[in-house]
Amino acid sequence: MGLILLVVIWLITFVSTYFFIAKTWWLPVGASAAAAGIDHHFTVSFILMGAVFVAAQLALGFLVWKYRSGGTASTAEYSHGNAKLEVVWTVLTAVLFVGMNLMSSSIWASERFRAAEANAVHVEVTGMQFAWYFRYPGPDGKFGLTKPELEDASAGGEAALGLDTKDPASKDDVVSGVMVVPVNREVEVILRAHDVIHSFFVPAMRFKQDAVPGLAIHMHFTPIQTGEFEIACAELCGLGHYKMHGMLKVVSQEEFDKWLAAREAEKQ
Amino acid sequence: MATHESGLPGVHAHAAPQGFIRKWVFSLDHKVIGLQYYFLALAAVFVGMFLSLLMRIHLIWPTATLPFLGEIQPATYLSLLTMHGTIMVFFVLTTAPQGGFGNYFLPIQIGAPDMAFPVLNMLSFWTTFLGFIVLLAAFFVTGGAPLHGWTGYAPLSALRSMPGEELGADLWITSIAIFCIGALMGALNFITTTLDMRAKGMSMMRMPLTVWSWFITAILGLLAFGVLLSAGILLLMDRNLGTSFFVPLVTLNGQLTGHKGGSPLLWQHLFWFFGHPEVYIAILPAMGLCSQLLSVFSRKPIFGYKAMVYAMLSIGFLGFMVWGHHMFMSGMSPYTAFAFSIMTMGIGVPSAIKTFNWLGTLWHGRIRFTSPMLFAIGFVSLFVTGGISGPFLAQPVLDIYLHETYFVIAHFHLIMGVASIFGIFAATYYWFPKMFGRMMNETLAKLHFWLTFVGAYAIFMPMHYSGMAGQLRRYSQGTEVAWIKALTPIQVFISIAAFITIASQFIFLFNLFWSMAKGKKASDNPWEATTLEWTTATPPPHDNFGGRTPVVHNGPYEYSVPGAPKDFVMQSDPEIKAKH
Amino acid sequence: MASFSTTATIIEPEISRDDHGTPPPIRDGGDYGRPGSPDYGTRLRRARLGLFVALIPVVMLFVSFTSAYVVRQGLPTLDPRTNNLTRDWIPVALPRLLLLNTFVLLVSSVSMELARRQIRARAMMETASAGTQIEIPWLGMTVILGLAFLFGQWMAWKQLAANGFYVSTTPSSSFIYLLTGAHGAHLLGGIVALFIAGVASLLHRSLKTRSIVVDVTAWYWHFMAVLWVYIFWLMKVAR
Repeated sequence: MGLILLVVIWLITFVSTYFFIAKTWWLPVGASAAAAGIDHHFTVSFILMGAVFVAAQLALGFLVWKYRSGGTASTAEYSHGNAKLEVVWTVLTAVLFVGMNLMSSSIWASERFRAAEANAVHVEVTGMQFAWYFRYPGPDGKFGLTKPELEDASAGGEAALGLDTKDPASKDDVVSGVMVVPVNREVEVILRAHDVIHSFFVPAMRFKQDAVPGLAIHMHFTPIQTGEFEIACAELCGLGHYKMHGMLKVVSQEEFDKWLAAREAEKQ
Repeated sequence: MATHESGLPGVHAHAAPQGFIRKWVFSLDHKVIGLQYYFLALAAVFVGMFLSLLMRIHLIWPTATLPFLGEIQPATYLSLLTMHGTIMVFFVLTTAPQGGFGNYFLPIQIGAPDMAFPVLNMLSFWTTFLGFIVLLAAFFVTGGAPLHGWTGYAPLSALRSMPGEELGADLWITSIAIFCIGALMGALNFITTTLDMRAKGMSMMRMPLTVWSWFITAILGLLAFGVLLSAGILLLMDRNLGTSFFVPLVTLNGQLTGHKGGSPLLWQHLFWFFGHPEVYIAILPAMGLCSQLLSVFSRKPIFGYKAMVYAMLSIGFLGFMVWGHHMFMSGMSPYTAFAFSIMTMGIGVPSAIKTFNWLGTLWHGRIRFTSPMLFAIGFVSLFVTGGISGPFLAQPVLDIYLHETYFVIAHFHLIMGVASIFGIFAATYYWFPKMFGRMMNETLAKLHFWLTFVGAYAIFMPMHYSGMAGQLRRYSQGTEVAWIKALTPIQVFISIAAFITIASQFIFLFNLFWSMAKGKKASDNPWEATTLEWTTATPPPHDNFGGRTPVVHNGPYEYSVPGAPKDFVMQSDPEIKAKH
Repeated sequence: MASFSTTATIIEPEISRDDHGTPPPIRDGGDYGRPGSPDYGTRLRRARLGLFVALIPVVMLFVSFTSAYVVRQGLPTLDPRTNNLTRDWIPVALPRLLLLNTFVLLVSSVSMELARRQIRARAMMETASAGTQIEIPWLGMTVILGLAFLFGQWMAWKQLAANGFYVSTTPSSSFIYLLTGAHGAHLLGGIVALFIAGVASLLHRSLKTRSIVVDVTAWYWHFMAVLWVYIFWLMKVAR
């Protein structure tokens, strides 16, 4: 029985580790400036924790085989433990865990402790059951006021947000069902929600943030590759949660300017 | 709160209670109450498993029409997962290890004749039972069971006008509130009994680790369930009295709801302040039992008894300081997130110590591969695997990606769900002889073990991979988002593994009931273990020790003591002093 | 390695059996069946320990309400009309009646303490009746004062409502109803316990048992008074 346990535990360990090393199913290719650092830290964590995983499981399998009754030992060793050993492995574990965390905290700090850069593109991202809307402030750089009483999702993007067209700052606001941003420029998203908590998740950008009603949450990321990236809602928001998806299009600066200008022109 | 019973025995001499009702329904005997809790949890786990079966079917065959249930709609799927989580966490993981085995064996293991407050004990069971009935009722009311997940985030859970969140949601909250009260009553009993009713010689540092685990779990419950109760009261008020504790100014389909100014994050803080200690409530008894079983079946003292006690105390204490790691992406301040993250890494340390000590117990042991021991070994393996994914989630920078993916589901199912269930299985196989006077069938037990052990890995290991690839939780279908649709093959594999593993549990169910009637008769100490429950009759008499009061002279893990006549010395045997 | 030498023989513990394999006959639920039930001192200590433990979740409940209260007070919320974060906490004027209610509760704590000592003295002297002395019915007075307090709280609620402050009117009014209501519910539990102890003589419970019940309920009662003072302070000062 000890041998079977060893074989099964070792087999499970090797097979599962294989799929991690082979990255058979893995993160999509990173497309943001932060991705490289985050992915590197994933690798570090997998190596460190993977080593612990393999060592612990192999040790378990080995011990239950080696010390099976009827094996080499005729009697168990009467020992209540070893205090010195306890101290050693406690300290090592603490160093490993806290050290690994501190390594990642510099990335966290650089992403989240600072506000967006001055020349970032501002996009207000609003989640509501079950769609995403994206609003650009336009040349005046200001977002117009929205009023809950004016919300009417059946009448298009601006009405869905409840845009107050009487507010002068609203005149140049562009509301889109697709999120378009220029490459290599920081994007500041201002996350809002109308009804329940949603979450804005773009795996390729290594970006996720909950959109909470009653809050306007400022976050930023910098796309470094052009392309189309699907957005999915990552916080249970009701019946349509599974189909609340959107699209992020990263284009060149020129294309972005053209697109925005065209949308502004439509409003006239 | 105060009652007029206060552990008062024999104040009035009655004849023994006659009749089924006094003996088996409203019994005051902690052993009967323990069995009542156990069978409640057994019923609950089969309900919870059935719900997960439906979920797994729907995920790979979304348009399938099932007998009686028809086609599972998104609303139904979300209700299934809500109720699955709620039933499993509360009525299985918090009920069986603590209410079931803790009730039965804590008094016996400390040499006491019963719990401190037998009437309160009886009330705590029936309160819990009532909670379960109220919860199940949610399935049958208009609107059905709620769809907001076991975590019940507001505003989704706080708006009566939300589709899927009608009366069922109120029943859900009420059931949890009732459960809180039952759990608090139980915690009160466990703590008072442990502190005040230990037999002579049973110092705190001679208590078996199972008793320590039940004791610490009760303290955690005492501190945490009051907070959950408060959150539930506030949520009921938001839903029914128009208050706005958790609901800011929101519109539903363009309609204002009348709420304003509340904070969804407040719900999360209150819920997780309870919710994190809750996961330790779910796992600590299994840890205590695992220590017990590894020692008994390696014929070796537990490696580092004191360290094990301190580790459990630290886990309990630190468990109250890490709740924010469920909220890294919630809109909480990133500075606060950093603080919680460091604390969370800290709590990994005592868990690691326990794992090292379990390995240290096996080392140089003489291992007997009984069915309880197999499940204990399986527990260690599953605990390691589930624990390893923790440090990923504890680092906010990685949690940005991993939050709300299947990686999280893999983590908590392995380390809290399956590991704790293995503890329940191990406890059943181990204590069945003492409770029912018969042995369970070892062949069926071993078959059950292998199928469940391999099955659990087959179900939950792939979830790490699909999580890394971005598979999101609580999606009733994976068909709409391209990268999720591409992961369907993994879902199919998981579902097939789940079907087989769920089916295997009927081997256990059969073995359990068949052995009660037809199992081989058990001696009083079939495992040759040292703790006090093995010194008494099988099953134990009403006052646990048949008129004697045990006196304890030894610690709980005196196995293979050099010079002793047998390879185990019972706690109540004359004192053993080994020089080492 | 360990070594052990002894001349003592290890005695196998005697195993007494009931009907082998069948459940043992269950005697009275609380009867431990061994000579000498726990004595009065043990029972009292155990009951008091139980109460102390039971008060911890009550504290946690109100700690939780307090933290919600504090958070909510300071919480800015997004006003979508102005795109600004604003605070919307409006303090509510507390009815003066609450001061009177506080006084009543504190007096009831005094009568409760006197009742506790009274019944304890009788229990220690093992007299089941008061004999020929006229004794002041402190227990009954406490019940009446407790009910008066609850009635006064109810009247205070009606005053709030008369001023237009219902449970959902403002966040501050929500908390007032919540805190006073939760406290009142707990106090009612204490009143029920006292009432049962008061009529327990009709249930043939012994004097010692009743004394323990009253003792434990008394400490609970004092805790309720302290808790009320805290809640009152919270609503009045932390606004």
